[in-house]
Amino acid sequence: MDINHYLILSALLFTIGTVGVILKRNVISVLLCIEIMLNAANLSFMAFSRYLGQVHGQVMVFFVMVVAAAEAAVGLAIAIVLYRNRGTLSVDDADTMKW
Amino acid sequence: METLFFYILGTVALAAAIGVLAFRRVFYSAVALIICLTAVAGLYLLLNAPFMAAVQIIVYAGAIMVLFLFVIMLLDPFSGAIHPDKLRGLRVIGPLLGILGLIAIFPALRAYDLGMAPRSPQALTGDTSSVELLAETLFNHYLLPFEVTSVLILVAIIGVVVLAKREKQDGHGH
Repeated sequence: MDINHYLILSALLFTIGTVGVILKRNVISVLLCIEIMLNAANLSFMAFSRYLGQVHGQVMVFFVMVVAAAEAAVGLAIAIVLYRNRGTLSVDDADTMKW
Repeated sequence: METLFFYILGTVALAAAIGVLAFRRVFYSAVALIICLTAVAGLYLLLNAPFMAAVQIIVYAGAIMVLFLFVIMLLDPFSGAIHPDKLRGLRVIGPLLGILGLIAIFPALRAYDLGMAPRSPQALTGDTSSVELLAETLFNHYLLPFEVTSVLILVAIIGVVVLAKREKQDGHGH
């Protein structure tokens, strides 16, 4: 069992998350896919933490979780405001700042 | 045994992540993401980090996903509706870009050689647990970042309250 297994799994998860961000048209779905990407990065951190014999990676995962919590809360609040003002959650309709 | 568990948990995590993309209803996507996060927590256990596995389940699969589910239930009147895609090409280009990126990065990840087997933390002596070591690192080495994250959380709380607060219906001046 070497570290490459974890790195490749992490890359696969990250790719799925990225494709989701590109494909999904719903703001909340996009946020969910961002969570997948954050988790993929976390998995890499944990793998390196284990294989290098240091806990710094785990501390980093801790911080990523905190930032993810803040990001999810603010992102969802923005989704609520978007729905209240536009009556939609589609990213295609939130294009006032597009050009 | 470890390899077997890795493949089981990895398959579950990947399948659930694909489920997040595949489900049309956002609620099912969120539930699939909870499964994915739990599987990743299992992988943390395999990586000898029980505390982070517990935090993953409590904070991530618990608190954050409950927040998501609340918001989805609050405003999801058209979860089953299919939106006309303004950029139809994305349906093809998106997965294509993903696969291309994966192909680009895969050889490097496969060939990457750390040159060492998994190790226990060096500072780990007989009578300290990994949780103790984690706490020591967090509260000595990373004390300032830790405090900064508490400010970040505070800012996020205030921001969310300001954003989500319903404005008064009867105009200004009250």
